[in-house]
Amino acid sequence: MSKNKMQVQTQSLPKSPTGIKGLDEITGGGLPKGRPTLVCGNAGCGKTLLAMEFLVRGAIEFNEPGVFMAFEETENELTTNVASLGFNLEDLTEKKMILIEHVHIERSEIEEAGEYDLEGLLIRINFAIDSIGAKRVVLDTIESLFGGLPNVLILRAELRRLFRFLKEKGVTVIITGERGDEMLTRQGLEEYVSDCVIVLDHRVTEQASTRRLRIVKYRGSSHGTNEYPFLIDETGFSVLPITSVGLTHTVSTERISSGIPRLDTMLSGKGYFRGSSILASGTAGTGKSSLAAHLTFAACKRKERVLYFALEESPSQIIRNMRSIGINQEQWVKSGLLRFHSNRPTFIGLESYLTMIHKAILDFKPEVVIVDPISSFIVGANEFEAKSMIMRLVDFLKMNNITGFFTALTGVGSEMEGLKVNVSSLIDTWLLLRDIEIGGERNRGLYILKSRGMAHSNQIREFILTDHGVELRDVYVGPDGVLTGSARTAKEAVEDSEKLLRKQEIERKQLALERKRKALDYKIKELQDEFEAESLEALKAISIDTELSKNFLQLQRDQAVSRKADTDQKHTSLK
Amino acid sequence: MKKKIPEIVNSTDQFELTVEGSGSEKYVLRLYIAGMTPKSVHAISNIKKICEEYLNGRYDLEVIDLYQTPQLAKGEQIIAAPTLIKKLPFPLRRIIGDMSSTERVLVGLDLRERK
Repeated sequence: MSKNKMQVQTQSLPKSPTGIKGLDEITGGGLPKGRPTLVCGNAGCGKTLLAMEFLVRGAIEFNEPGVFMAFEETENELTTNVASLGFNLEDLTEKKMILIEHVHIERSEIEEAGEYDLEGLLIRINFAIDSIGAKRVVLDTIESLFGGLPNVLILRAELRRLFRFLKEKGVTVIITGERGDEMLTRQGLEEYVSDCVIVLDHRVTEQASTRRLRIVKYRGSSHGTNEYPFLIDETGFSVLPITSVGLTHTVSTERISSGIPRLDTMLSGKGYFRGSSILASGTAGTGKSSLAAHLTFAACKRKERVLYFALEESPSQIIRNMRSIGINQEQWVKSGLLRFHSNRPTFIGLESYLTMIHKAILDFKPEVVIVDPISSFIVGANEFEAKSMIMRLVDFLKMNNITGFFTALTGVGSEMEGLKVNVSSLIDTWLLLRDIEIGGERNRGLYILKSRGMAHSNQIREFILTDHGVELRDVYVGPDGVLTGSARTAKEAVEDSEKLLRKQEIERKQLALERKRKALDYKIKELQDEFEAESLEALKAISIDTELSKNFLQLQRDQAVSRKADTDQKHTSLK
Repeated sequence: MKKKIPEIVNSTDQFELTVEGSGSEKYVLRLYIAGMTPKSVHAISNIKKICEEYLNGRYDLEVIDLYQTPQLAKGEQIIAAPTLIKKLPFPLRRIIGDMSSTERVLVGLDLRERK
């Protein structure tokens, strides 16, 4: 009992999945089931297509037949129009999964003579629904009725009846409506459809057009409230719900090689983190693309797939250029590990480009994505947009544990670290490439500005492009500052000769010391000899003296005896 | 060869001319109703009266209930009920409503000049 109650409480509004990429995510599962949804927007913003895809996906993916009441186009026109988007309506019509019915309204044919209602239309819709057992209905565009029938009072009353009828019928309905000046729709259709309102927009900023979708209201359900970019292409509609992404992605501790051994060493010996975002920024010609090429090479060698978005060069140009530094990318293109996407974002607009990137990534499932350069996203003054786009791209890649490598062109003369778009906070590893101008030469220097989660090197390395790839060398850091290129070579030569001189000096000093020691030793020996000789002589003299004094005493005693002298006590004690 | 066209002096003349020219044509009319609602009943009685009065003997009126034959609604492009369709003579016209405004019905049937 209580369990059932709980279920009722937690059960949200039943929803009818649209099957449209991204839309189900932002609506939390689809459109309200059994209720009408209003899709409005300006001419050419994709209302009809959204509605049609809802039916087609419903028929194909969810086995729900659908009725399309077309007030503006005929069956044939519609079939032809959506065939270009990959929908085979003829086939679905034959299978009785989709029924298209054109509602013809011609003002000049109609004469009003008294009271009437729209029962005719209701009968038609009812009949159409029943004939194929439809679960989904599209009315595109019901506003045409206002053009054909002059009595607005009757029409409004009848529309209300129509929607009531559709709700009773339990079908999920999409009603399209042209955007009005003040209101969401010209005829105020939102008045009748209060469950879910989706606004489509098509705007042009800086010559680039962007399509956007926004859910204005969704009764009884939470939904994303932002504007979401969407794209219409050969596979239909796709909405990008990237900003709904939470920062909950799990990160990998796996490390991948940058393709340059010395760079790996600088990155605490192992290279980048898998799934991290890497930015290589620098002025023109500092070797950003070469770093990208190395990463490509390393990844392809590991049999990983790489998706390369070239925003300013054609694939063949990149392949040719990278061949000059000894990286053959063509083999990987042929074996299907490397795919290039070459076009300018300004051509289709930022949001569309992002959508395209998404689709390409979902399609190719790469381990590494390279965008070269992200600075191309910035056209004119759309910095904010560009940043949000890059942010969403980075988030998307992280969520899928794809390593993202971006290059960014910094302006000449501007601050090295100052990108036009401030994306530094989004980046995990930032490699800064810079020109070092010394002694009439321009040399490349590389250092790691930051690298989250690793103890990276803080030194500048000289970055040399050779015919076998990028090489990193230690730069000369001395009292004269940082030296690179031939200045470094020259300085090193000077240092080498200095070193040699010093060495010779030391040797000479050591030699002199040795000599001194030898002289000292000799002197010590001489003195010792002298001393020994002297001491010998002294001993000899002492013994003679002793003998003499003995003899003298004896003589005295003898004299005393001969003189018969008495013994003096004093003298005997001396003995 | 160029036919001599009578000069139109005023609108009344024009009307006379039109009536004269189309006076012998047969009218094929279909009245679509949605069940026997008061509107349907009014429409049937009104159109019958008008036909008797203005198209005596040269009309063919058929009343069709859309609830009985809903598939016809699609073929005939019916939206409103009741709808009277003038199939012949050309051009095709739809008159919607309970036919209470005789004037408007006549305009719809091209028996009166459109204002």
